Amino acid sequence: MTEQIALSSSGTPAGLRFRKARDRVVEGGLLVAALVAVFTTIAIVIVLVTESLPFFRVVSLADFLTDTMWTPLFAEARYGILPLVAGTLVTTLVALAVAIPAGTIIAIYLSEFAPYRIRETIKPSLELLGAVPTVVYGYFALLVVTPMLQKLIPGLPGFNMLSAGLVIGIMIIPYVASVSEDAMRAVPNYMREGSYAMGATRFQTATRVVVPGALSGIAAAFILGISRAVGETMVVAIAAGLQPNLTWDPTEPAATITAFIVQVSLGDLPHGSIGYQSIFAAGLVLMLMTLVFNIAGFSLTRRFREAY
Amino acid sequence: MQIESSTTDSPALPGAPPHAHDGGLATPRPSVEVMRGSAPADKNLVVKSRAEGLTFYYGQVKALNDLNIEMREKRVTALIGPSGCGKTTFLRCFNRMHDLTPGTRYEGRIILFPDSIDLVAKEVDPIEVRMRIGMVFQKPNPFPKSIFENVAYGLRVRGLRSNARIGEEVERALRRAALWDEVKDRMENSGLSLSGGQQQRLCIARALATNPEILLFDEPTSALDPIATARIEELIAELRDQVTVIIVTHNMQQAARVSDYTAFMYLGELIEFDNTSKLFTNPSQKATEDYITGRYG
Amino acid sequence: MHAVTAGASLEQIRADVSRRKILDQVFVMVGLLIMFSALLVLVVLFVDLVQDGAPRLNWDFINSFPSRKAERAGILSAWVGTSLIMLTTAAVSMPVGVAAAIYLEEYAPKNWLTAIIEINVTNLAGVPSIIYGLLALGLFVYQFNLGQSVAAAGLTLSLLILPIVIVATRESLRSVPRAIREAAYALGATRWEVTAHHVLPYSTGGILTGMIIGLSRAIGETAPLITIGALSFIAFLPESPFRGEFPFISFSWLKESFTAMPIQMFNWVSRPDPAFQVNAAAAGAILLGMTLLMNGIAIYVRYRFRKRINW
Repeated sequence: MTEQIALSSSGTPAGLRFRKARDRVVEGGLLVAALVAVFTTIAIVIVLVTESLPFFRVVSLADFLTDTMWTPLFAEARYGILPLVAGTLVTTLVALAVAIPAGTIIAIYLSEFAPYRIRETIKPSLELLGAVPTVVYGYFALLVVTPMLQKLIPGLPGFNMLSAGLVIGIMIIPYVASVSEDAMRAVPNYMREGSYAMGATRFQTATRVVVPGALSGIAAAFILGISRAVGETMVVAIAAGLQPNLTWDPTEPAATITAFIVQVSLGDLPHGSIGYQSIFAAGLVLMLMTLVFNIAGFSLTRRFREAY
Repeated sequence: MQIESSTTDSPALPGAPPHAHDGGLATPRPSVEVMRGSAPADKNLVVKSRAEGLTFYYGQVKALNDLNIEMREKRVTALIGPSGCGKTTFLRCFNRMHDLTPGTRYEGRIILFPDSIDLVAKEVDPIEVRMRIGMVFQKPNPFPKSIFENVAYGLRVRGLRSNARIGEEVERALRRAALWDEVKDRMENSGLSLSGGQQQRLCIARALATNPEILLFDEPTSALDPIATARIEELIAELRDQVTVIIVTHNMQQAARVSDYTAFMYLGELIEFDNTSKLFTNPSQKATEDYITGRYG
Repeated sequence: MHAVTAGASLEQIRADVSRRKILDQVFVMVGLLIMFSALLVLVVLFVDLVQDGAPRLNWDFINSFPSRKAERAGILSAWVGTSLIMLTTAAVSMPVGVAAAIYLEEYAPKNWLTAIIEINVTNLAGVPSIIYGLLALGLFVYQFNLGQSVAAAGLTLSLLILPIVIVATRESLRSVPRAIREAAYALGATRWEVTAHHVLPYSTGGILTGMIIGLSRAIGETAPLITIGALSFIAFLPESPFRGEFPFISFSWLKESFTAMPIQMFNWVSRPDPAFQVNAAAAGAILLGMTLLMNGIAIYVRYRFRKRINW
């Protein structure tokens, strides 16, 4: 019996043409969806640049980068971005001081020490830490952490960068831990076995063999953590205050780039005014900062994934 | 329309190497049973497909070099050879599976008769090819659907809608695959609930349901136990005279048991092609002889 | 501290090993301590919110509009707003995200265009959420003239969670074994037929999980919504999507101004009056509860689907 099945429409040449045409149409639609990601990036760049251009026609780049006061809403407006950048950097540094040690230690523990049972239950719980809405963390920073700190540091103002930074640090611990742990897991077992076979303890193996082997991934974790901390908005808007303040002292209140954008958006600025445009200029700076960190972080991630 | 009717039982191949007979076969032969197809005159010599100068590249690497071989209609042809010799690569040219991997390239032709279509030509649509040529894979891969739906899938894709008709064809395919009696009462069960051997027969039924002109088997029993293997070999033997079969196997005894013609390949080239009985008892090439006597794997 | 070299006696070796193992044990304790402290924070946070917000955690709170009087202010407009925004976000990000993932996983050739798309997806995952707000302000609110509406908010959040949906969908598509695809192709199916008949049906669990996790992230996002111009004193509800008469579904709510849960909480937290902070705590407890619930559901969905199909 060698006759082909009496085919109805889809099997005949005409049917096959239809199926193939349908395939092509579907592929086109899917490609458009995939291009949305590209369009979004392009749109972000276009919006930020076109809305800041008028701003930079009024404020010179030199002033923008070097002036030490940021008071766009005053009558005598000054547009130096340094106070905002300083605020961002200080809170980020405080956050890193918490997240990097804690995240790395947790990663080493989970990857090299923890028994299977503990790892499987703890990891999802840690992810939950990162799933908490940032506005809730802001509440926490303002109304729980700050009062606690005020007992330790008398005279600590109600708004300060220290509480905000600490809470941001706690918030990004899961992120730093999981990227670092991925990097450590990628180190092949035979390297560990070589170390154990020489009588090394777990701690020695972890610190002398695994961590160096996962270094680029751990560095990626740090850098991506920085990027997250820099972009954080609500915690600082709630707990660090909205007053631009050029200082390196974390116990003082200050505004970050992100908090400033929030503050302006809460108000009522006419579309097209220089105050309105200043948030795009600030956003541009923020975008550039995070872009640099992201690129560095992701290329390091690719490096450790390929190395093994 | 080209039909070769010659009464010699050794296929005449364009470009085949001359018989370099190695006299004095002092090495012991593995014992092989008497095989079907070893009848001196094979009456049906209709050619179903012919590879002409087939060369295949994975990127820059040449995996197949200038293969010339004829597959007889409704006969079983086995491809044997050591690992990496290109037999599976060659098999997958027939149904254009390589098209799913980027960077592959075909040169030469594989002609399908009676339409004389070049299967590997760029202008020929791979989907069309796969609608005429079926494949059974090394590891049984039924869909996680019911047994009925597994067999029906190929029919549905071809647009068959009448449920009655589909039911008939499914039953016919399952009978041909010697699986019907075992599953007729549980057609709605998942295909994955069957044993390994049954799953493979299900995959055979699935391929048979669409009445392929050529059925390709890629080491179909290497993942199965000996009993399941024996049943599938019986099945393949029964398919003779119904379907043209090309089977890749690394098990020489299987090739000897099941096939009418055998091709021995090595490093992407065709070394020898002959009636199975002749190739295993009296091979013309030293390389073939070395392989079948186990001098190298 | 002397190193133990060859020829050391058994006691020396034992002493050395115990000394080194102490570090091991210390580290384990430190690790556990830090981990549990971090988790403790989560617990303290939740408990604190519930405690502080307890006076206002009642049906009345959920059913009242915001008000200048703290005792009467509620989250009605906020949670309705959040629900409508989530509806929009899901309706946009799900088809676009799944379609993009299918393209990248099943169709995309290895060329520069594909590389650019993938780089962009990864990059967008790291863009701060407030930048999405600025994008939306310039593009959706003004350029597209959507105004400060639910539609703009929904679109913004869809873009924000798009990378999450894409990555989760790609992972679940990838988990379908290659053998199944090959079997389907070998039967003469076209690429779309293979995808629609075999790959997608078995990936629904992972896709659903990704969607839920994306939404749980979107629900807590405040910064982009503030930037677009969510107001927090909305004392009315948008028109309901469902009408009693034909055509039964209305879309006018998309154009209305909106508020959302995180916005409301932010507004209350920013007020010096401690009575409002109680409200903030209550709103926060509800918000956190919703987020944790969604994450729990996602984990459950993933677990259930993973059990059904074992290749």
